[in-house]
Amino acid sequence: MLTEKKLLQDLTPEIETTGIRWYVTFLIFFLIFCVGIYALIQQIVKGHIVTGMRDNVVWGLYIVNFIFFMGLSYAGALISGVLHLFHTGWRKPVIRLAELLTVISLVIGPFFIFFCIGRLDRLPFLVMYPRIQSPITWDVIAISTDLVGCFLFLYLALIEDFAILRDYTDLHVKPWKKKAYKVLSLGFTGTEKEKKILSNARNVMAAMIIAIAIIVYSVLAWIFGVTLQPGWHSTIFGPYFVIAAVFSGTGLLIILMWIYRKVYHLEEYITKRHFVNVGVLLTIIAAFYGYFTFSDYLTKWYGSIKMDSMLIDKLFHDYFALFIFANYVGILLPCIIIAFPRFRTIRNITIAAVIAVTALWVNRYIIVIPTLETPFLPIQDTRPDWIRYSPTWIEWSLTLAGISVYGMLFMLVSKIAPIISISEMKEEDKIEIMK
Amino acid sequence: MKETGENVGESSSRRNFLKKIGVGVGAVSVAGLAGTSILGRSKSKSGEKVKLLSTEGTLVEVDKEDIKLVKESVAEFKSEARKGLSGRKFAMVIDLAKCKNARKCVEACQEGHMLPKDHDWMKLYLLQDDHSTARYWFPRPCFHCDKPMCVSVCPVGATYKRDDGIVLIDNQRCIGCKFCMTGCPYSVRVFNWKDPEVKLPEGYVYDPEAGIPQVEGTVGKCIFCADKLRNNELPRCVSACPMGVLYFGDLLEDTVTNGNETVRFSKLMTDRAGYRFREDLGTLPSVYYLPPVQRSFPVESGLDDTDESVKGRYKNAGPR
Repeated sequence: MLTEKKLLQDLTPEIETTGIRWYVTFLIFFLIFCVGIYALIQQIVKGHIVTGMRDNVVWGLYIVNFIFFMGLSYAGALISGVLHLFHTGWRKPVIRLAELLTVISLVIGPFFIFFCIGRLDRLPFLVMYPRIQSPITWDVIAISTDLVGCFLFLYLALIEDFAILRDYTDLHVKPWKKKAYKVLSLGFTGTEKEKKILSNARNVMAAMIIAIAIIVYSVLAWIFGVTLQPGWHSTIFGPYFVIAAVFSGTGLLIILMWIYRKVYHLEEYITKRHFVNVGVLLTIIAAFYGYFTFSDYLTKWYGSIKMDSMLIDKLFHDYFALFIFANYVGILLPCIIIAFPRFRTIRNITIAAVIAVTALWVNRYIIVIPTLETPFLPIQDTRPDWIRYSPTWIEWSLTLAGISVYGMLFMLVSKIAPIISISEMKEEDKIEIMK
Repeated sequence: MKETGENVGESSSRRNFLKKIGVGVGAVSVAGLAGTSILGRSKSKSGEKVKLLSTEGTLVEVDKEDIKLVKESVAEFKSEARKGLSGRKFAMVIDLAKCKNARKCVEACQEGHMLPKDHDWMKLYLLQDDHSTARYWFPRPCFHCDKPMCVSVCPVGATYKRDDGIVLIDNQRCIGCKFCMTGCPYSVRVFNWKDPEVKLPEGYVYDPEAGIPQVEGTVGKCIFCADKLRNNELPRCVSACPMGVLYFGDLLEDTVTNGNETVRFSKLMTDRAGYRFREDLGTLPSVYYLPPVQRSFPVESGLDDTDESVKGRYKNAGPR
């Protein structure tokens, strides 16, 4: 039987004290972040000429990262949303991670759009002079709604935990933190009525973030789909992007589960069962995702409209290794690892997840860049060095900065909130969870 | 419309002239009146005369005190530039049989719009549709589509379609998201990746119809020289072309001209089997092409007098 005290000790390792390890890791992330800031200053001062983007490939790493990070946020919609609605017992130790991952990805994603925009100072124009015809306006509306929705969903899940931390007398934290818990718990005392209201609110939000998430990623896909460009102009893009997003989000969740388990010794809470269950989810999604990928490229290749066949040609020559990795290795290998019970170890499943997430990033890359290198009119009468896209250190630094902010945000959250939901673990079915 | 031989670089249209000296149209019309009544009534003037160019194009002399400075605001220009010229529908016809990559259109365009040298609003492609078909030079301005993808996808209304058919860009509104660049299927749009370093005459006000000055972090493209059209002049590329490749005109008047000859648009289309590039894309361009038949020059001669940097631009030209 788990006591509340043990739960608190195990699940809030960073709230009371800050270890040297935390500082060192944070410092490393912060230094990477600073390099990114330096790169951003360079880009603002010298102009976008410092990036690898030119008149043909006008969208590069930034957009790739944007759609990639937005996709990661899908773990929240799936794991916390769907599993919440279906009252899946085993989800409870990983639900907090999924929710955090969702909100943090959603916060970071749009920054890559900001890096890509030529006039950052005119960003307010998006709301000052909006044109509803433009998919970018749809995106602005969808992402901001999603951000609010996912943040609310996370917060609703945190209220009970904040109340527990507030009521826990043995907690040795600074007074401001105590005060914060008091405010953040909104006076929750755990009466039946309060629990009912909270539970209802969470059910509603769970349903809503699933719907919003589907809309957000479809809109993202339509930014590409509505154009006439070969490779983008595809009716399948909406659902294809949604499934790809769930794929990457689930993959990242497995990676985070592994990291948290190792760092905070949560072997007792996050067990092999969780890895297998989330892994099986990943496999099912990978099957759908692979199917969409295949049917999209098959129709382009078989029908062979000239522009499409030129694109396929480019993918199988200039981008051959990336194409094979993203669309064969990245889908089949995780499936094989997880589908066969004898390969299913925690380490193997994590490796499968790393492959899946990396491959998905590469997949985004070969969706965005090769199409822009295959315009309807051949790339001619332009300076030769403007033809092929290769990202500069500025773009890579900002990409790494995005990842480091990811880490930093997770670390900061662990200073104030339990990394696994205490309130969920206290509930009746904890024996079921622990199995 | 008449052909003008003036140096496009000076861009000394009347409108710009007035802009430069900081005197608006309103002030000159007061001056015009002054010649008859106002001057005659009051003698308490400075006595200093100033020469001004009137809206009719004649040089007039008025008393210094009668001149009121009317600052033409950017906002005024912009609202004018959004409406366009009423009762017009501009179109271009490009005779592929005559083009030999003389590149005068490109030069005139870059000079006239004060563009950096790597900005081509007008591009010259060396196309070959297939191994078995002929090569030909293909000048490509903006197509000013009637269903412009770039305008549809712009999130802030920085690029817009006018009544006269022209698609313009407001460089002071553009946020530089580059969605229009991916939206355009003709690679028409160029981005100001760095400060274009335009040296402007003093007191110059941004005019979207001239596209001057280009602004860092925003998108630029061929604008059919809307500033010239307002003054009833031909676009710079049309005037500059030594081969008479480019015809420009008004579809409502059913007339196009390359400066030397003026022809019926509909007859030209019928007689020469005019077509639009990639009609299947459904964007309804305002630029028409005449097929490269019975050409005046062998296609190779287009590279004869060009320097290495230009030749390098066509290294990978070939059948697609």
